[in-house]
Amino acid sequence: MDFFNVLILVLDSTVRLSVPLLLACLAGLYSERSGIFDIGLEGKMLAGAFASGAAAAVSGSAWVGLAAAILVSVFLALVHGFASITSRGNQIVSGVAINFVAAGATIILGQAWFSQGGRTPLLTGDGRFGALNLPFAAELRDVPIIGQIYSELLSGHSLLVYFAFFMVPFTWWVLFRTRFGLRLRAVGENPAAVDTAGISVAWLRYRAVICTGILTGVAGTYLALAQNAGFVKDMTAGKGFIALAALIFAKWRPVPAMFACLLFGFLDALSIRLQGSPLPLIGKVPVQFMQALPYILTVILLAGFIGKAIPPRAGGVPYVKER
Amino acid sequence: MSAPYAKLPGWADYGLIPLINLIVAFAVAGIVVLLVGENPLRAAVILVEGAFGGGQNIAYTLFYATNFIFTGLAVAVAFHCGLFNIGGEGQAYVGGLGVVAVALTLDGTFPWWVNFPLAILGSALAGALWALIPAFLQAKRGSHIVITTIMFNFIAASLMVYLLVDVLKPAGSMAPQTRTFLEGAHLPKLNWMLDAIGLPVRSAPLNVSFLLALVAAFVVWLIIWRTRLGYEIRTQGHSPKAARYAGIGEARIIIITMMISGALAGMMALNPIMGDQHRLQLDFVTGAGFVGIAVALMGRSHPAGIVPAAILFGMLYQGGAELAFEMPAISRDMIVIIQGLVILFAGALENLFRPTVQSIFASFTSTTPAVPATPGERA
Repeated sequence: MDFFNVLILVLDSTVRLSVPLLLACLAGLYSERSGIFDIGLEGKMLAGAFASGAAAAVSGSAWVGLAAAILVSVFLALVHGFASITSRGNQIVSGVAINFVAAGATIILGQAWFSQGGRTPLLTGDGRFGALNLPFAAELRDVPIIGQIYSELLSGHSLLVYFAFFMVPFTWWVLFRTRFGLRLRAVGENPAAVDTAGISVAWLRYRAVICTGILTGVAGTYLALAQNAGFVKDMTAGKGFIALAALIFAKWRPVPAMFACLLFGFLDALSIRLQGSPLPLIGKVPVQFMQALPYILTVILLAGFIGKAIPPRAGGVPYVKER
Repeated sequence: MSAPYAKLPGWADYGLIPLINLIVAFAVAGIVVLLVGENPLRAAVILVEGAFGGGQNIAYTLFYATNFIFTGLAVAVAFHCGLFNIGGEGQAYVGGLGVVAVALTLDGTFPWWVNFPLAILGSALAGALWALIPAFLQAKRGSHIVITTIMFNFIAASLMVYLLVDVLKPAGSMAPQTRTFLEGAHLPKLNWMLDAIGLPVRSAPLNVSFLLALVAAFVVWLIIWRTRLGYEIRTQGHSPKAARYAGIGEARIIIITMMISGALAGMMALNPIMGDQHRLQLDFVTGAGFVGIAVALMGRSHPAGIVPAAILFGMLYQGGAELAFEMPAISRDMIVIIQGLVILFAGALENLFRPTVQSIFASFTSTTPAVPATPGERA
């Protein structure tokens, strides 16, 4: 049963590592489906992580931290929205700008306010989102196989993990079963048609980027208050870009997005687990190769060798009303 | 679709509006300085003095500017073709491989003036090859160049860590870096130039690659505005449809442009590796590839704008180091914020102040009605 125990451990850390990816990926889904490309997921997540770490440290409450994170990420999302919707600027440029502002500001403000080398103070107790134990987790622990899966893999995660996985069917429902979702998808494909129907393109897109802001805020909170005990500088470490890769990998659909994030999380968990020890048949794989694998896979996908990823048609193009 | 805004005179378009955007970016950065609890005006004075207050400081400023001229030109060339090359960081990083390939094999054999041209070729080739795959995928398979170049930045980072830790590191050494080059791969310093005009320099890494950067800026101007290739690049960038109609090979132009862009980014590696550290280190690019985006946007993708914009960012890097010394609360990361704000206001929000400026211009010229539309023209 040794192999099984290791598998459970790896899958357990897969879940933990894929949650920030999943939240950021779903965040990007709303924005990009509405026709606003968002390279700035990374920056919004980082700013959210800092805001939650700082607010939770000052107030001692994880919920205050979550609220602060959402507030800050939504603000940055609105800056991106203003630049790309109202000001009709280049969406890629705006996203890049937000990443830099967030990367610099979190370190400068963190150092100025807490003087701990860019960290926020270590959090304990109510300042964090602790593990939730599902009912009967302790009792079922000794049941072979099912007990392990239930009590190790499914139980014992923080509230935000369950929220992230709940957001997958919820996002599917919003996008494909509500009026708002239909319009959101339409505005990403053909904004002129939506405008002709008498619906405001700008307001729809603003609502989409607000959704993005909320979810990146939660993703940042997860990093700072659930996975770690406070904010550490550059703690997103490229996760926003892996989420972007997962979004493309999933061809902008919520359920495949979850599987893409789990796959990338699994690769991450595996590379931590292996740490350079040799694999059967393949031999020793450099850790760096495992780290680069999500990016390599995405490039291969983009090249059209694994299906074809077609972005929303109006993505990246500012909407100008015909005059 | 109608153009959203009317036309302004050239000097306002290329001088006034970028200046306003820049001032706003710095004003917002000043607010961050206030939040940290320091005086923004005093910070600005320290910054400028730290960058230009003596030969030593100027030499450092120009040393940093050299990096940004290369990466700024790289981003600008791609912009002219309508491509956004975010991969300058990765291309410069891999360009370092081209430099060490020459330096490690020939540094004991030839003097610097033989190795320098070879290293230029090596770095340009390595950078261009790293840009080739995203270019090919964009041209032939329609994969978005922004996404692929971002992915290639990460792949480059992993590749270089692997090579430095497992391949290039000399046996018995702990630090992930190559051996130090011999004299034959050290570029001569340019400090005598500043000495000659009465600005003594103690020791600064400013070297001949600064002159190479200026030559590169001139060559880019020549290619973009004075050759057939440049005309094709600009046509493709302005209107891919018109380019196709004119019989310009779309795939060919995209690939050539990206390879020029990658080559320019790769050449940036010469300055820190052969000019300063004399070895290949982890993360030697330190964000210069991304600064190139800000530099290209500020310089309006024209070499005449890119060189001063690069010097401005060189000033921020050098002055920022002095500032961090004087005001410990403001570390070098302040530059990252300023860089982000410049990209935001000079790039994404470049149209923010345009309508206001236009209406001011319109009120000046209101005595002569703007473009009277005669009924005949409409028909």
